Amino acid sequence: MTATSIAAPRSPRRMRSRTNTELYAWLFMRISGVLLLVLVFGHLFVNLMVGEGINALDFAFVAGKWASPFWQIWDLLMLWLAMIHGTNGLRTIINDYAERDMLRMWLKVGLYTATAITIVLGTLVIFTFDPCPAEAAAHLLPSFCPAP
Amino acid sequence: MPKAPAGTLYRGREGMWSWVAHRVTGVGIFFFLFVHVLDTALVRVSPEAYNEVIHTYQTPIVGLMEAGLVGAIIFHAFNGIRIILVDFWGKGPRYQRQMLVGVGVLWVVLMVPFLVRHLSHVFGG
Repeated sequence: MTATSIAAPRSPRRMRSRTNTELYAWLFMRISGVLLLVLVFGHLFVNLMVGEGINALDFAFVAGKWASPFWQIWDLLMLWLAMIHGTNGLRTIINDYAERDMLRMWLKVGLYTATAITIVLGTLVIFTFDPCPAEAAAHLLPSFCPAP
Repeated sequence: MPKAPAGTLYRGREGMWSWVAHRVTGVGIFFFLFVHVLDTALVRVSPEAYNEVIHTYQTPIVGLMEAGLVGAIIFHAFNGIRIILVDFWGKGPRYQRQMLVGVGVLWVVLMVPFLVRHLSHVFGG
């Protein structure tokens, strides 16, 4: 068997695209990473450390948070940045380890589909959320809901 | 077809293993993110549906998994800062090992108070 050789890191592969897409992806990972550190640490602190922590989480807790545009925007930013950051990370991993062209292509199609569905679903949930659904039991709702 | 053993780009030690850990934690966090968006989406179904699923997050076994998740997030976050410093700070590559020690120290400093508080919530009822 012949030994495979590893090309020098700077040797050009194919003169295919002359775009800077990979540069922008690399830069996005760093910028979104710093933002996500703040967003995710804040999210974890407010939801797991303050008050009763995880035991306080229920529908009324989420409704109370999303009553404020501040947390709506916080969660929206976190959703979009984390999904795109994670998708680009997984794209890199697929490119590294899936060697067959068709397999690599389909893995990425599946990844991008799952990402698009999740981002759309999450965005819709944040903006169409009803904190006081009419048919729900009053004791499950946040205190600001009008009495039935 | 398996390839013949050849030269390798993997160099071991802190640089390679922190890179491996960054990938593993990143994939783990990303898969949790899918689940987490789906469970949060249950607020659009009904308060009962959301509360029922969130209650499973408050059980001991899932509580321990959350501790693992937070540990993965803290490592990934600070090791990401280390990667940024290696890329953009002139002396970053020279001090990458010391910065990994810094990541470990920060990890312990944040994990200890988190674990004390979170595990007392999960196991203290």
